[in-house]
Amino acid sequence: MIAYIVRRALYAIPILIGVNLITFALFFVVNTPDDMARIQLGVRRVTAEAVEKWKAEHGYDKPMLFNDRVEGLDQFTNTIFYEKSVRLFVFDFGNADDGRSIRHEISTRMWPSLALQLPVFLVGIAVNITFALLMAFFRATYLDFWGVVLCVAMMSISGLFYIIGGQYLFSKIWNVVPISGYAGGPDAFKFLALPVAVGVVSGIGSGARWYRTIFLEEMGKDYVRTARAKGLAETAVMFRHVLKNGMIPILTGAVVVIPTLFMGALIAESFFGIPGLGSYTIDAIQAQDFAVVRSMVFLGSVLYIVGLLLTDISYTMVDPRVQLE
Amino acid sequence: MMFVPLTTDILVWLLFAAIAAYFVYVLRQPHLLMPWRRVTQSAYGMSALVVLAAFIVVGLLDSLHYRPVLERKAGQDAAYSTEVLSVFDVVATGLRARRERTYSAPFATRAYARETIEISGPGGKPRQAREFPRLSWGGAHLKDEAERDNDIFVRAAQGLMLGLLAWCALAAAVTLLHARLANRTAREAWRAIWRTETRTPWHAILFTAGALLAFAGLAFALCTHYHILGTDKVGRDVFYLALKSIRTGLVIGTLTTLVLLPFAVTLGIMAGYFRGWIDDAIQYIYTTISSIPGVLLIAAAVLLMQVYIDRHPEIFPTAAERADLRLLFLCVILGLTSWTGLARLLRGEALKLRELEFVQAAQAFGVRDARIISRHILPNVMHIVLITLVMDFSGLVLAEAVLSYVGVGVDPSMISFGTMINAARLEMSREPIVWWALAAAFVFMFVLVLAANLFADAVRDAFDPRVRAGYAPRLANAKA
Repeated sequence: MIAYIVRRALYAIPILIGVNLITFALFFVVNTPDDMARIQLGVRRVTAEAVEKWKAEHGYDKPMLFNDRVEGLDQFTNTIFYEKSVRLFVFDFGNADDGRSIRHEISTRMWPSLALQLPVFLVGIAVNITFALLMAFFRATYLDFWGVVLCVAMMSISGLFYIIGGQYLFSKIWNVVPISGYAGGPDAFKFLALPVAVGVVSGIGSGARWYRTIFLEEMGKDYVRTARAKGLAETAVMFRHVLKNGMIPILTGAVVVIPTLFMGALIAESFFGIPGLGSYTIDAIQAQDFAVVRSMVFLGSVLYIVGLLLTDISYTMVDPRVQLE
Repeated sequence: MMFVPLTTDILVWLLFAAIAAYFVYVLRQPHLLMPWRRVTQSAYGMSALVVLAAFIVVGLLDSLHYRPVLERKAGQDAAYSTEVLSVFDVVATGLRARRERTYSAPFATRAYARETIEISGPGGKPRQAREFPRLSWGGAHLKDEAERDNDIFVRAAQGLMLGLLAWCALAAAVTLLHARLANRTAREAWRAIWRTETRTPWHAILFTAGALLAFAGLAFALCTHYHILGTDKVGRDVFYLALKSIRTGLVIGTLTTLVLLPFAVTLGIMAGYFRGWIDDAIQYIYTTISSIPGVLLIAAAVLLMQVYIDRHPEIFPTAAERADLRLLFLCVILGLTSWTGLARLLRGEALKLRELEFVQAAQAFGVRDARIISRHILPNVMHIVLITLVMDFSGLVLAEAVLSYVGVGVDPSMISFGTMINAARLEMSREPIVWWALAAAFVFMFVLVLAANLFADAVRDAFDPRVRAGYAPRLANAKA
């Protein structure tokens, strides 16, 4: 088992190198540091000296891949590629354009993100399973039919509308919760209640419909017929057999997103003013802060790959038939 | 008039031609026609198709662009306006031209905000007052504003009559067509349709078309004298904006799939068919790409595009062409980041197919790999491609709104659902609240995406062999 995990983890290395090369190409080759400097300083009236000064301040005044002005190993390390891209592997993200350490920002901002995303994830799964099980239990009745119709309708509404509608109803009309903002400790509850609810509700459409198909597929299998044939009540069949077996694809499918919960929700965080990584990323995109966007791209990929790894491990743990090749 | 074929226009029309050619081909192939027959037998699928068709007509009309001639003086070459218009703009000239100064509510006759205006006071002396000024177009034909409700009612009734007339014509045509095809008299055909005894669900089609025509009639009768969905911050008619947004959504939903298709099909099938190092390499590529968070990759690429546009303003003669290039680029980026899912599906299917007897027989006969893939593998995975393409469409329309909100979507000058929602965010905090632009974007987007989702469901049910073979019979029944 451990050998398997180690081998899977080693597979991640070439993928991370690939991600690193893609981000390097996107941020430095297609778009040179000169372009970045011009964007930050204003495109039109900008002198060559100002561009050089900006590059020197932000450490972009080096050759791309190979520095022939210095000796020895420095020829490779004293370059933009090493300073800005290779260092990402040890989570050395450098500074944002406003001079603050990106690493410090990330380590403080990931907790509000997690505080929002973890409840959305857990409550979301519970709610979706409940609705899906209900529809599967009343399959091929009007309840099921209108349930599916409702799911499709809910899927067809943009996530932005759930947020805007929720804010309007609960914060503006009914004044139940503050419209946006965040506080640590127990106060966090009143700020997070609405974002969590909105996150859960906006996910019901696709989630419940998907789980319903999983349950229905499970209910067509032989062991369910056997269970019915030996005279089990339909509720017993549903909860003891179908639910348990349906949980395998549901949980293994959910595992992949667990690490990315740290990344936060881009849109929700910026609407609700939660100081997490999602709003950090959006602010960086809007301020065209390439250093932050680059770091978030890399961090997101790392977390996604960890998620893939966890998925593989969870498969082997949940289902003993899966062979460890 | 100077014809300006924007790049996306050309691609949209090419795509339309390709789809038309596909259906002409399908009509001659019984085995391809069969699943499409099943689509035409699904009531909700055909209702969705009617709605989609209405959207597509608007989108296609909006995809023929030209630059109008400015007033020409004798002996001079024609000068062209820098404004690019479309055929749809000509149809909706009234809507486009009737601009107010700023916000106004739906059906309002007065503006949203007070302005200082001169009114004639007692004794005939003009004096200044803070008043809600009358709109320059909305309800301007009314002498007395108290008549407004009456006027709206009369016009609405006229519009509904118009819609009803059009519907009657359509219903008559459908009945006669069905009578002809089924060899019945017109009376029998009419009865069969409303007893839902026809194989094609004509009742559902007529019902949906009736709802659409009623709305179109109402809108047509009222929009010439009122702003039926209000006006936005700079006084543009929101109804016009919502109709213009349709093209943007359709372009993103269709052209993106056009970009992702070649990558997904060739790479996915190659990985599954050849296995070995080719499989490893292709799997490596798509795992790497899919591990980068999609929004961030798109954001990064669009930021780069922005820099390029800023540095080369000279290659775009008009703002519309610049916005169009950005739209096209957005489609390309979305396509390049989203081909991985389909490729993974196709790889799995090709892995299964290559072990089947007919493929092995072809290999034993020494048929070249390229030919086996094109003749034996490709036709057998086309249903997956088709299902994925229709299912992806609605997601892409929704994605456009989110990306435009983040600021990496379409050009801010381009009318789209995303830019409408984006603008509405500030309007929601005004007092009294400006709700109409957001509501219009919501309704139009919801109807478009819902229709796309329902149609995609119908296509999936018809093409998915698992549903057909009774693998999940309950699913199929419950859906119907």
